Amino acid sequence: MSGPPATRTRTAVAPARAPRPRRSAGARQGRGWPTIAVFMAPALILFVAVVIGPILLAAYTSLFKWNGFGGLPKDFIGLDNFRRLIDDDVFIGDLWRGLILILLSVFVQLPVALGLALLLNQKIRGRAVYRVMFFAPYVLSEVITAVLFTMVLSPEVGLANNVLEKVGLGSLATEWLSDPATVLYAVFVVITWKYFGFYMILFLAARQSIPNELTEAASVDGADAWRTFRHVTLPLLGPTIRIAVFLSVIGTIQLFDAVWVLTGGGPVNASETMAITMFQYGFRRYEVGYASAISMAMFLISLVFALLYQRFVLRRDMEGAITVVRTTRA
Amino acid sequence: MSTRTLAPAVRRRPRRRSPAVTALLHAICILIGLAIIVPIIYGALGGFKDNGQLANTPFGLPHPWVPSNYTDILASSSFWRQLGNSLLIAIATTVLVVGVSAMAAFVFARFAFRGREFFFTLFAMGLMFPFAVAILPLFILLRTTGLLGNPLGVILPQAAFGLPITIIVLRGFFREIPHEIEEAATVDGCTPFGFFWKILLPMARPALATVSVLAIVASWNNFLLPLVVFNEPSWWTLPLGVQQFQGQYASDTARILAYVVLAMIPALALYSVAERQLIGGLTAGATKG
Repeated sequence: MSGPPATRTRTAVAPARAPRPRRSAGARQGRGWPTIAVFMAPALILFVAVVIGPILLAAYTSLFKWNGFGGLPKDFIGLDNFRRLIDDDVFIGDLWRGLILILLSVFVQLPVALGLALLLNQKIRGRAVYRVMFFAPYVLSEVITAVLFTMVLSPEVGLANNVLEKVGLGSLATEWLSDPATVLYAVFVVITWKYFGFYMILFLAARQSIPNELTEAASVDGADAWRTFRHVTLPLLGPTIRIAVFLSVIGTIQLFDAVWVLTGGGPVNASETMAITMFQYGFRRYEVGYASAISMAMFLISLVFALLYQRFVLRRDMEGAITVVRTTRA
Repeated sequence: MSTRTLAPAVRRRPRRRSPAVTALLHAICILIGLAIIVPIIYGALGGFKDNGQLANTPFGLPHPWVPSNYTDILASSSFWRQLGNSLLIAIATTVLVVGVSAMAAFVFARFAFRGREFFFTLFAMGLMFPFAVAILPLFILLRTTGLLGNPLGVILPQAAFGLPITIIVLRGFFREIPHEIEEAATVDGCTPFGFFWKILLPMARPALATVSVLAIVASWNNFLLPLVVFNEPSWWTLPLGVQQFQGQYASDTARILAYVVLAMIPALALYSVAERQLIGGLTAGATKG
């Protein structure tokens, strides 16, 4: 990337040796601390008060037994909430279910999105229409998607079972959302329906930024389609794939809306996520101290994952990841 | 430069693809397209049925067409109120987050000062933290400050959580504007604020449009925050309204389908007019890496 703006191309007014030409230019006014503070203050105040503040507050309240009422909590219990967390079967189940959803996202959803992106990179008639159509579910909210799919997957009037019967697979028809064996996969199908288009668009943009000369050259050199993909396209898509994996994991960790509407976490916790468990304790059972501990667990898992991933996988393509993460499942 | 002159000759070499492969590609696209569009059409047609029809012929066309599900909802004040609430909150959030972020991004992009990287990293780190992490303490904070039930209780947090991406995208764009322009403005007696307001912002219109669309979509689709902030139906937003409607008419499937379909329309309409900004914003960062 380019250097900081201060050292970038300046007009010849300043001596070339000066590390900070701006200072030596002298004639500039209003570039001091007061200006910087005025421009930065609104964002900083908002960010500290509404983003950092609450996270610190959660860290504090997670050390108390607290029903959430009456000023600040007083019943300090140290790390007891976290000890309870480790023994909580539902929470441990959340971690397993989260892991399953992450693995499904990374090894099913993303490859499908990548395949479609490569497909739409081909010259086929109507690809603009396909692209617009595939991306459309992304603009629908998770709630709307989930309510629609509650109906689609409903055992009586639902589309899914009817389709299965029409194509002669009626024996597969089931109560998708009320069977503990299928519910998590049903949730996965719904979030895939909404989100695959987003990843497809990322991959497509990345693929289109690869000059055709590179793949053409490989095929001129005698590489078949698979080897061209494996040794030319795929490595060049690497940064985008790594970012997509990152977004997918962070998004799955905080999965709430779709599950809340589809199942509420049930049946018998079979589709519960960390965010659902936190919500149940914090807003339904008034165990705010314990719910804060779950929040902190989500925070720490995200943080550790983000740091490790940045350290070992992303390295320098981090800026891109940062740029898109908030928009995916905000 | 030499590669440039060679390129066209190579690039124009026509690709050969057998008709069978082409057919297969189309078949895949059509299959996926059906998976997208059939649930939506099922919803739209289902809204025109009564529940008996829906149970007997979930597939076919309505017979007879029953428009009352749609017309009842369109005649109810709650749907329009939710639409208005969503719109108001989305616009307020967007104005706030884009305005505040543009100011900060201006400083990050064009000032050199000690601690700049620290503050920028601070904002950027905000992206890595799931919103769900903060919802409970945020609720406590809003209750303490009396903002529960107040639209500001949704607008301020949405704007705050939108800061990181908006600042990052805008900073990238502000950096691209040549320094010569700022030099010239300064020589002509322009203050930093004057440059920001009269020159930088007008020049950055495409970037502002992009981040605005991202902010609108994020606000429009937000569910968790309105869910905990608004107890009174008078402030419910569309996602909240859809979810509550589903709870209220649990057995009246056709009516719920009609509500969902109507609630989809504004988002799809925005998508149809702002597709370029939306996709541009989402992909800008990822492809830069």
